[in-house]
Amino acid sequence: MATVAGTMAAPTAEGVVWSWLTTVDHKRIGILYGVTAFIFFLIGGLEALAIRAQLAVPNGGVIDPELYNQLFTMHALTMIFLAVMPLGAAFFNFMIPLMIGARDVAFPRLNALSYWIFLAGGLVLTSSFFLGGAPDTGWFAYAPISGGAYSGSGMDYYVIGLLILGLSSLAAALNFAVTIINMRAPGMTMMRMPVFVWMTLIVAFLLILALPVLTVALVQLLFDRQYTTSFFLPSGGGDPILWQHLFWIFGHPEVYILILPAMGIVSEVLPTFSRKPLFGYAAMVFAGVAIGFLGWAVWSHHMFTTGLGAVPRVVFATSTMIIGVPTGIKIFNWLSTMWGGSIRFTTAMYFSVSFIALFTIGGISGVMHASPPVDQQQQDTYFIVAHLHYVLVGGAIVGLFSGLYYWWPKMTGRFLSETLGKWNFWLMFIGLNMTFFPMHFLGVAGMPRRIYTYDAGLGWEFWNMFASVGALILAIGVLVFVINVARTMRQPKTAGDNPWDGSTLEWATSSPPPEHDFDAIPEVRARDPLWYDRDHGLSQPEGDPDEHIHMPPPSYYPLILAFGVLLLGIGPLSHLAVTALGVPVVIYAIWGWVLEPTE
Amino acid sequence: MATAEHHVAHHSVTGIDNRKLLMWIFLGSECLFFGALISTYLIFKADIPAPPISFIEAHTHVENGHEVVTGWFPVDRVIDDVYVNEDGSFREVEFAGVLDIPITSQSTFVLLMSSVTMVLAVYGAQHGRLLSMKVWLLATILLGLIFLGYQVYEFRLFGSEGLTLETNQFGASFFVLTGFHGTHVFVGVLILTSLLLASFRRSGLGPEAGFHVETAGLYWHFVDIVWIVIFTIIYLIPA
Amino acid sequence: MRSSRSLRRLAPVALLALALALAACSDPQTTVDPKSNFADDIQFVYLLTFWLGMAVFIGILALTVGLAFWYRERPGRVAKQIHGNTRLEIVWTLIPVVLVVIMAVPTWQVIADSSKPAPGDALRVNAIGHQWWFEFQYDLDNDGEYDDLITANELHIPAGRPVTFNLLSDDVIHSFWVPQLAGKVDMVPGHANDLWFTPHEDAARAEAYLGQCAEFCGTAHANMRFRVFVDTPEGFAAWVANEQADGAEPADELALMGQELFLTPVWTLPGGGGGILGCTGCHTVAGAPGAVGRIGPNLTHVGSRSTIAAGILDTNFENLVAWISNPDREKPGADYNDDTARFMPAFETVLTREQIEAIAVYLLGLQ
Repeated sequence: MATVAGTMAAPTAEGVVWSWLTTVDHKRIGILYGVTAFIFFLIGGLEALAIRAQLAVPNGGVIDPELYNQLFTMHALTMIFLAVMPLGAAFFNFMIPLMIGARDVAFPRLNALSYWIFLAGGLVLTSSFFLGGAPDTGWFAYAPISGGAYSGSGMDYYVIGLLILGLSSLAAALNFAVTIINMRAPGMTMMRMPVFVWMTLIVAFLLILALPVLTVALVQLLFDRQYTTSFFLPSGGGDPILWQHLFWIFGHPEVYILILPAMGIVSEVLPTFSRKPLFGYAAMVFAGVAIGFLGWAVWSHHMFTTGLGAVPRVVFATSTMIIGVPTGIKIFNWLSTMWGGSIRFTTAMYFSVSFIALFTIGGISGVMHASPPVDQQQQDTYFIVAHLHYVLVGGAIVGLFSGLYYWWPKMTGRFLSETLGKWNFWLMFIGLNMTFFPMHFLGVAGMPRRIYTYDAGLGWEFWNMFASVGALILAIGVLVFVINVARTMRQPKTAGDNPWDGSTLEWATSSPPPEHDFDAIPEVRARDPLWYDRDHGLSQPEGDPDEHIHMPPPSYYPLILAFGVLLLGIGPLSHLAVTALGVPVVIYAIWGWVLEPTE
Repeated sequence: MATAEHHVAHHSVTGIDNRKLLMWIFLGSECLFFGALISTYLIFKADIPAPPISFIEAHTHVENGHEVVTGWFPVDRVIDDVYVNEDGSFREVEFAGVLDIPITSQSTFVLLMSSVTMVLAVYGAQHGRLLSMKVWLLATILLGLIFLGYQVYEFRLFGSEGLTLETNQFGASFFVLTGFHGTHVFVGVLILTSLLLASFRRSGLGPEAGFHVETAGLYWHFVDIVWIVIFTIIYLIPA
Repeated sequence: MRSSRSLRRLAPVALLALALALAACSDPQTTVDPKSNFADDIQFVYLLTFWLGMAVFIGILALTVGLAFWYRERPGRVAKQIHGNTRLEIVWTLIPVVLVVIMAVPTWQVIADSSKPAPGDALRVNAIGHQWWFEFQYDLDNDGEYDDLITANELHIPAGRPVTFNLLSDDVIHSFWVPQLAGKVDMVPGHANDLWFTPHEDAARAEAYLGQCAEFCGTAHANMRFRVFVDTPEGFAAWVANEQADGAEPADELALMGQELFLTPVWTLPGGGGGILGCTGCHTVAGAPGAVGRIGPNLTHVGSRSTIAAGILDTNFENLVAWISNPDREKPGADYNDDTARFMPAFETVLTREQIEAIAVYLLGLQ
């Protein structure tokens, strides 16, 4: 392979570490995303346990308020940006090309770049703990408390970290949008795509359209903090409410960015283990699209208490309640998918079935505070904490665990232990309900959010202790999963191509799939292609074993470019010379990237 | 380039090359980016005539027992007015216009012309007229640079008159919005310059020259259109 | 708000719900034991959404468990290959639509009612959020100046008369929330929000209604609390009369010494490393010469308040001594940013224990 003057030779496959650092294989990138995100999930979990330890008893003395404020801020940032979003990305990466019958994503190197930039952003955000204190104003960073006068350097890490993470998500979203639109196997029309692929496409577009708004808000916050502008600072004529609008115009679509992948996973798992097609496929797709659209028209429901006028409150209350309609359609369709089935209760199915009930709880409480008067009592209380955790833990995390158990054999060729899986499920299920259900009671009893201490005698003692015990059980449940994973790595690869008798294309190739995914590009004849083939005595095309399939070679440049972006970001946090150092790195990486042969 | 991607491009479901599709979707994202910046400007601008006029207010001092407020008014006109406060005291408002519409009309014209030359460059590239492509690319780059020159001139002029990022909400939202637009123009100039330089290689831009120049042109036209919107909103629509 | 009241009468289920919700009413900061017209309206919508939500949840839970159990894998069972059913799908699109309408209409009603301007005879109060305490300024003579009575962290209002608040902030966003009297409204710097409600005629009681800041506002957010006393009209008039009087003169030698210390403008730090402002740099005691500071709470009648330090410590000698000695120890964050001189320094660095005790005695005497 010819080397263009001044650029590096393409990496050879020698060396395990370098092969992972330079990989552009969507499956390996998916695994990198998954492992990294899971580590961040554990870190976010530890942060939550520290919070629960502090709140277990009134006037708790485990951590001081400064650290507490950092912990609840970082718990949210870690779970949202470093755990749930990238865990979704892990499945997008590994599964989307397989599910649409492609050999890779549209832009393999861009895909690697997304991962490395994500890692850089995660490190910037998390390192703040050791470099002068983490962000401590809540993940929403309301002005003016996020301004320089009221908060420390942690907020600079917040701004830079989220800008870097936004870049990563934007690159990934563009990549998956193009991949899904353009790279489907012959016969896979849009209305034959698996629902998980549909949900990924919607998430990609939500990211593409929501992230730039966050970017603008963050840049303005950066200017307020560093260059004494006053976009959001009332002391200089700015408007703190403007930040809230910009943040939630991003922030509410973000909620659907977090939950739609889980809905997609559940929509794959339920049909497979009920042994029947998804009920009301078209309604399911349109409900997802409707949620994606409506997600843009509801942001001010986060701001019902800020003094919005009566008309906006009426409008946003109504649009928010209307989201209950497509959500209701989805829930009924999932239930009907089980109706008339012959249900195999694997661990993946346990998680998916419990998703329906748990997500319903979060959905119902959400509709309750869609009503502004009710929200005026519930906003910023533990009722909201309960609501959002039923959506994000009972919904997103439970859905993602379902996906882990469902696709683990495909990803590794090995089964996770079903016995440990059931322990995993029941501990998490009991733990999360013990933790989050009593928070409804605490909210109704008037306990505000984000308080590090509370007095005895307010009727909050019992349920706080109860929730803290529940958090411990939830943590043990997660630990059982870790043990299960460690154990499965020593098991033989006994999973065949299609251990669950799934209907979608990822089950048409080997487990784990070869680097080129499919020996021959699959043909899609119906919505559930493998079941259609099975029922009609058809088979997928066989590959020619002698054919050499060109796959893009590994590349150093995504790693180098991400490193350059990291330097650019570290500059404003330390010394602008670091940014100056980053510029040539970025230029070099782009130059090498463009000229690198990808044959 | 990119045989694997090439290979894929032939299998494109929509018939649109992956890279061009990426550019289109990316421009969708950019719409929201500029949309948020423009909204910020408009929200602050909505503040204007009713005191407190923080959007354009720069200095307040007391003169002959009443407040005198001076500041910058975006559009090229002068406001000299008196507002009576609720308590009977009054404030005199003296705002000088800061934006020079004729000058910026010139730079807008330059940027519009660059879109024309860009179209000609794309035409040249797609029809194998490589010399024409190079000439028009160069013209586009030069026009882009002239536009940036105007912007540097304008920024420096405002700075020397005392209007900076920190002065008021007008300064902050104006400089951040037009500054980000200028950055986009600059990135466009870099892209076109890279294409121009690459076209002098022995292999030129390769068999896909037309495609590359066209995709770069998409970005360039988008940045132009955004400027038309910005120019209209900041310079042409009076408060 | 007559219409939503009649709505409430038409909904006997709400009464049943109320009975069930009473279980939570023993909690002092409960959101479901309304004591004002606005809190009543919220409660009505809350109970409506609660019972609808409960019905939906029980239905879906029953379906989930039932279907999962009934259609579990059994020998000989073959899954029916059903792709959908248009009629069913239309039905369950309509179910949520109907539920949304049922919830939306009363919601609109309550929004409209609570957005009406306060009645003309309403008591007018400025409520100002500070890091981390609440200031209350009354306009008793309706002249538009909120200067008739200034107090902190303890609000007195008469039962049965509307009260309207201008909600303001001095620094960051806070939120004004007394769950039993009204839903929260944020105190946003640069914005003037308002809120009004009428406490029930029978809401007057000796015990305070608990309030708390409900928007994260920094280190001591958890310790930013306040109390609302709903008085009988006579009780309120008596309280106003007392509050409008100047601060009491010291009753004994110790208190007199305390007053002198209190009025000292500046204290030099031991070792000469500069000085710190005395009490009057931040606090007002009406009638005491020079005590006109406006940065901290007005202390003219601090001895008559039930708590100090924004509702976290009972007003008594020990707590006052502890607070003056080192506020940050009692309420972390209280001195976090000395250089802006907006926070209370630890006076144990400049005063002896005896001196602090004298100040405490003086303050306790400010009834």
